Amino acid sequence: MGMSFILYFLKWFLRIACWRSPEFAKRFREKNLIAQFKIADDSDGRYIIIKDGKITSKAGFNPDAQVSIIFKDQRTAKELLMPPIDHQKKIDAIKNFNLMMIGAEEEANWFAEVVLEAGRIGWRWGTDVGHGEVRYTNHTNGGPVFVYVKDQKIVRVTPIDFTDDDAGTWTIEARGRKFSPPRKTSLAPHGLASKSLIYSKDRLLYPMKRVDFDPDGARNCDQRGISGYERISWDEALDIVTSEIKRVNREHGPGAILAARSSHHTWGNVGYYISAYVRFTNIIGATTTMLNPDSWEGWYWGAMHHYGHSMRNGAAEIYGQVEDCLKECELIVYWASDPEVTNGVYGSFEGTIRRQWAKDLGIEAVHIDPFLNETAAFVGGRWIAPRPTTSPALAHAITYVWIDEDLYDQDYVAARTTGFDKWRAYIMGEGEDGTPKTPEWAEDETGVPARDIRALARQWGTKKTYLAAGSMGTTLGGACRSATGAQWARSMICLMAMQGLGKPGINFGNLQFGAPIDYNFFFPGYAEGGMSGDLANTASAINLYQRMPHLLSMNPNQQMVPRLKMPEAILDGKAEGYPIDIRSIEGQFFPVHYPAPGHSEVRMMYKYGSSYIGTQPDSNRYIKMYQSDKLEFVVTQAIWNEGEVPFADVILPACTNFERWDIGEWANPGGYGFDWVGQLNHRVIGLQHPAIKPQGESKSDFRIFHEICKRLGTGAYFSEGMSELDWVKRMFDASDLPKHISWKKFLKKGYFVVPPEGEKTRPATSYRWFAEGRKKDVPEPHPLPGSYGEDFLEGLQTQSGKIEFESQSLKRYGQDPERPPLNEYIPSWEGLHTTELTDKYPLQLISPHARYSFHTKGDGKDSSINDIEDHRIQIDGHYYWIARLNGDDARARGIKDKDLIKLHNDRGAVICAAQLTERLRPGVVHARQASAVYDPIGKPGYSPDRGGCINLLTPGRTQTAKTHSASYNSCLIEIALWDGAASETEGAGEVAAAAAV
Amino acid sequence: MMKWNLIVDVARCHNSQNCYLSVGDEYAGNEYPGYTAEMPLHGHKWIDVLKRERGAAPMVDVAYMPTMCNHCDDAPCIAAAENGAVKKRDDGIVLIDPVKAKGQKQLVDACPYGAIWWNEESQVPQHWNFDAHLLDRGWKQPRCVQACPTGALRTVFTGDEEMAVIAKRDGLEVRAEELGTRPRVYYRNMDLYEKCFIGGSIAGMVDGKEECISGAVVTLNKDGTKIAEQVSDGFGDFKFDGLDPDSGAYTAEILHPGFQSVSETVTLGTTVYLGLISLGAR
Repeated sequence: MGMSFILYFLKWFLRIACWRSPEFAKRFREKNLIAQFKIADDSDGRYIIIKDGKITSKAGFNPDAQVSIIFKDQRTAKELLMPPIDHQKKIDAIKNFNLMMIGAEEEANWFAEVVLEAGRIGWRWGTDVGHGEVRYTNHTNGGPVFVYVKDQKIVRVTPIDFTDDDAGTWTIEARGRKFSPPRKTSLAPHGLASKSLIYSKDRLLYPMKRVDFDPDGARNCDQRGISGYERISWDEALDIVTSEIKRVNREHGPGAILAARSSHHTWGNVGYYISAYVRFTNIIGATTTMLNPDSWEGWYWGAMHHYGHSMRNGAAEIYGQVEDCLKECELIVYWASDPEVTNGVYGSFEGTIRRQWAKDLGIEAVHIDPFLNETAAFVGGRWIAPRPTTSPALAHAITYVWIDEDLYDQDYVAARTTGFDKWRAYIMGEGEDGTPKTPEWAEDETGVPARDIRALARQWGTKKTYLAAGSMGTTLGGACRSATGAQWARSMICLMAMQGLGKPGINFGNLQFGAPIDYNFFFPGYAEGGMSGDLANTASAINLYQRMPHLLSMNPNQQMVPRLKMPEAILDGKAEGYPIDIRSIEGQFFPVHYPAPGHSEVRMMYKYGSSYIGTQPDSNRYIKMYQSDKLEFVVTQAIWNEGEVPFADVILPACTNFERWDIGEWANPGGYGFDWVGQLNHRVIGLQHPAIKPQGESKSDFRIFHEICKRLGTGAYFSEGMSELDWVKRMFDASDLPKHISWKKFLKKGYFVVPPEGEKTRPATSYRWFAEGRKKDVPEPHPLPGSYGEDFLEGLQTQSGKIEFESQSLKRYGQDPERPPLNEYIPSWEGLHTTELTDKYPLQLISPHARYSFHTKGDGKDSSINDIEDHRIQIDGHYYWIARLNGDDARARGIKDKDLIKLHNDRGAVICAAQLTERLRPGVVHARQASAVYDPIGKPGYSPDRGGCINLLTPGRTQTAKTHSASYNSCLIEIALWDGAASETEGAGEVAAAAAV
Repeated sequence: MMKWNLIVDVARCHNSQNCYLSVGDEYAGNEYPGYTAEMPLHGHKWIDVLKRERGAAPMVDVAYMPTMCNHCDDAPCIAAAENGAVKKRDDGIVLIDPVKAKGQKQLVDACPYGAIWWNEESQVPQHWNFDAHLLDRGWKQPRCVQACPTGALRTVFTGDEEMAVIAKRDGLEVRAEELGTRPRVYYRNMDLYEKCFIGGSIAGMVDGKEECISGAVVTLNKDGTKIAEQVSDGFGDFKFDGLDPDSGAYTAEILHPGFQSVSETVTLGTTVYLGLISLGAR
C-alpha cells in the first residue's frame, strides 16, 4: 500500500466529513487550493484539488499546487499518513527533513488544520442541564468553574459540586476528631466575577490604532496615553505589527524588540504565557523581560542562603503539614501572613476550612502584621503590630529572649545548624556592634512593647509552634517586600532553626499547604512550558517534552531587560539586574547587563497584558518610558482597555479563556510552585471549553500569534498545523489522565477529580527527615544531585548541609555589604530613620496584595467587584481605591471616613477614598496593590491619579544593590484631604533620581 | 410542610463577598420570568455583608454579617403589596412578582430590613428570592451557600416545628425579632456584631522589667453583682464579650497575688478597650 493509495482514502475521509458536518463543509469552502503530495525523488505523486467545497484527487504531479508535502520515501509517507498520528514519528521526520511542507503559508496552514478538523467531527462537549442551558467547564486563576450557557450567552459561573461519579475525599484524624473537606471546589472572588469581566464594557473588541500614529510618518510618541484611537481591520493591524517587527530588526539588529509581560495570565496550558507566548517570542527573537521574584523577594534573595531551596525560590518544603499541624501543633504564629487574602495564589479558599478546624481544635494563634489582617480577623488570636520594615528587629529580640531564658532546642542547634556561636554573640551584644538585641531595643525600633515581645517569645519557646511566615506560611508577600525583606525572611529561618524545624508540631505553614492528596499523578503545570517547545527557559524538558513530542523553539536573542529597571533601560540605555536562576543558590549572583553585548537597544515593545502602572514600583517611570520616542513602536495585546493599554500605538484585542479552548489543572504552576496542588482539598484537572465565541473581533492569543507568524513565514512552525483543540488533546494524552478517563468522557464532562492518596502512602512531613538526621524523604526532586555536598539526599542545599546561622554562600559571595553572612539588622533606607524624608512624609505606606482582585484581574473594567466596599468606594459616580488609616492619623488631618484623600510623596500622588480603622497602628497607611485603572486627572506621569495606582508612590529602588527585588513596603508618604485642585508637578522628579540606588 | 430556612453564622463569615458576587452573577444580565427581572450590574446588594469593627489596638476584632431578604412568615412587604404582587410560597419563600410589582416602590420602604431594592430601569422592587428558580429546577442549595468558602451560610429544608427545635438548640436569633416579622433567616453568633466587649491588658514590673501579667483574676461587676470572671492570658489580656451597648456602668476588678489589686469602672456605650492596666507592686 503506497502513499497514493492512502491519499485516495484521505479524499474520501474529507468528503465524508463534509457530508457529516455542514459546519465543516462551510469551512471547506473557505479556500480553493491544490495540495501536492509526493515522494522526494518524484517516484510517486498525488495531488488533491479542493475547489468550491468539492474535493478530487489525481495521481501525478501538478505544477500549480500551492502546497507541497514531500516525504523522503514511501516508508516515511506510509508511517505518517496512516492514522492515528504518531507525533513522535512526525516530529522526528520534520526535524530530519524527511517530511517537508513547502508553499504558501496561508494555504499550508489551512490545509493542515482542515484535515485535523475533519477528524474531530462527532466530538461532543458540555452537559445539557435542561431549561435550554448547557454546562461547560473552565479554569480561572482562582479555581475551576462550571459555565452555564444559554443561546450563546453565559448565564452563570459557579464552583463545582462533586457527584458520586467523582473520586473520594481524604480524612485526617486529629485529637480524637475526624476532618474531611467539603466535596466541592472553592472559588476566589475574581473567579466568581468572571461573567462581569467577560461582558465588561471595557473589553477590547476591535483592533485599534492611535489616531496620531503613522508608521510611515509622524509617530508622535509623546502623545501616548493622551491621544485617542481609531478602529482598524485585523489585516491592517497585523500588517503594521509585522512590518514593524521586520523594520526594527532591519534598522537596529537583534534585540530591538522587547517582549514585555506580567507575572500571570488567563489560565490554561496552551494559552498561558509560558506556552504560546514563549513560542511566539522565541520565533520572533525578542529581548525578554527578566522578572524579579516579585512575591517572594526576601525568600529568594535572603532565606535561601541559610537553608537552600533555590528551586522553591527560597520557600520551605510543603508536605504533610496539614496533618502534623492539626495533630501536634499548639500555637500558630502568623507573621506577615494573610492566606485569606492571597489564597495560595491560585488555591482560592481551599485552606480556609483547615484554619477553621485549627480554631475548632483550640490551636492558639498570634498575628504579627502592622494591619490586623483578614486571617487575623477570621481565626482570632493576639495581634502584634510592628512598624513596617522593622520585623527583623522583632525577630532578633525574640531570639534574645530564647537565649537569655534558655527557651530553645539546644540539641537541635548543635546537631542541625552551624554558626550559632557567632549569631548568639551578635544577638547578645557580644559582636562588633556591641548592642544586645533586647526586647527594649526592639521596642524602640518596632513600636511593639518589650513586655509583649517577651510574652510572645515565652509562649513560642514553650509550645509546639508552626511559623506561618508569609501568606503561604512558607513564603509570599508582606514583609518580604521591603528594604528589609531579605532580612526578615532570613530571620524566619534562624528562628525555626532554634525551635527544631521538622519535629512534630514544629514547622513552617498556616494549613494552606501539605494536604494529603496524590502528588504523583502527572499533569503538567503551566511552567512546564505548554506548547512552547522551549527546553532552556521552561520546565518542559523534565516531563512534558518526552510525553508530548513537539517542535523545539529557542530564542536566539540573549538580551534581557530587568523588569524593575525597564524604564531606565529604555530611557537611559542601560540597566543592571540579577536573575532568577534557581538551579543553585549561587545562580542569583550573576549580574545581567542591558544592553547585552552586540545587541541593539530596545526600539519596539510587544506588550502582553497591561499591568505595569498598577503593579510595578514607582510606576510614573513606566509612563515616561512609554512616552519616549526611544520606543519607536508599542503594540499591546490585551483583553481589556485598562491600565497602560492607551499608551500603545496599535492594540490587538485578545479574548478571555472562556472564548477559546484550553486545558489545565487548578493551582498547578509546575516548577514555579512545585506541588502547589498540595494546597487543594481535591486535585481537579479540567478542560476549558469555549463557552461562547470570542467577543467582537477579539481572537485568542494563540490565533493572534499564529496570524503574525503566518505573515513571517513561520505559521506552520508555530502551530505545527494544529489548532488549540489539537494541542489540548495532545496535552491530555501527555498526562496521566488517559489511565483514568477516556478522552470522549473527559471532553464531554470537562473535569476529572484525582483520587486522594491512600492513608499509608501519604507523603512524609516536611523536614522530619532533617530533624531526625535521615535522608530526605519528601517527594520534591530538588536540590540537584550536585548541590548535595556529600551524600545524595543527606542534608540541605547549603555548604554544610545544615541550617547556617552564618550563611556560607553569602560569605563566599562577599560582594553585598547589604546582605552580610550574619543576618544583622540594617534599618530600611526609606523609613522612620530617614528623617530627611519623615519631616515631609511621616506616614509609612504598606501595599499588600489585593483581596478581591488578582493583581489587575477583576479590578476596574466595570466588574462586579468594584461594588465591594472593602475594594473600592463609589463617590460621585467614580469608584475610588481605598486607603485605610488609623483614626488618630485621620483626625490629625481632618479626615473622615469616605473622604477623598491625596496620598503623595516626591514620586507621585494618588487620590483614594479614606477608610478609617483601628486595624492599623498609628503612623501606618494601608492601600492594597494593583489597581487596573490608571486615570490621571492631568498630564499622564505628572498628575494625581484617581484610578488608585498605589505604585505611583512606591520606591523603584531594589532592596539591596546586588539584587533585583521590589521594596513596595518601604514607602513614606503624607496624606491630605483632596481639594480637587490638580497639580501637574507631582511625579515630575527625574526618573534617574527617583530610582537611584 | 417542608420549608426553606437559612442559617448565617457570623463567627464563620470572613467577608469573602462570594455571596454578594454569586447573586450578581446569577441576576445581573439574566431575567427569570415568573421570578425576577434582571438585577442592575451596579448598585444593588441583595445580599449585603455588614461589617463591625470593635476595640482598639491591639484588642480589635471584626465581625461580618451577611444580610438579605429574611423571607418573613409575617412579611410587611406582603401586606404593603397591591394586587398580590408579593406572595408567600408553600416552601416559605417570599417572592416578589416582577410583573405585578411593577411601579410599587412602596415595597422598598415596607421592608424594615432594607432588603428590597428599587430597580430604576425596570421600575420594579427586587430582593434575594432564595434563588427560587434554581431550587424549583432541583438545585439543592442557593448559590450563595454553594459559593460560601467558610460554611457561614447553611440552608435547612424542614418543617417549622423541627426548625424551632434547631433554633432553640443552637441558640439561633433573627434580626429585629421585636418587629414580629418572623424571619426565616436565622443567625448564630450575632453577638459578635450586635454586642460589645470590655477588655484590657495587664502589666506589672517583675525583676525590673515590665511584663505581661498572666493568671490575674479579673471579675466584671455590674450594679455590685459579679457577672463574669476571667483569668488573664499569656499576654495579660482579658476580654468580656456579649455585653449590651449602652448598658451602663461596669467595674472590672483585677486580682493577682503578686500585685496590688486594681479596679476600673467604665460606662459602656460601645466596646471599650481599657488599654494597658499597670499593677503596682504589693
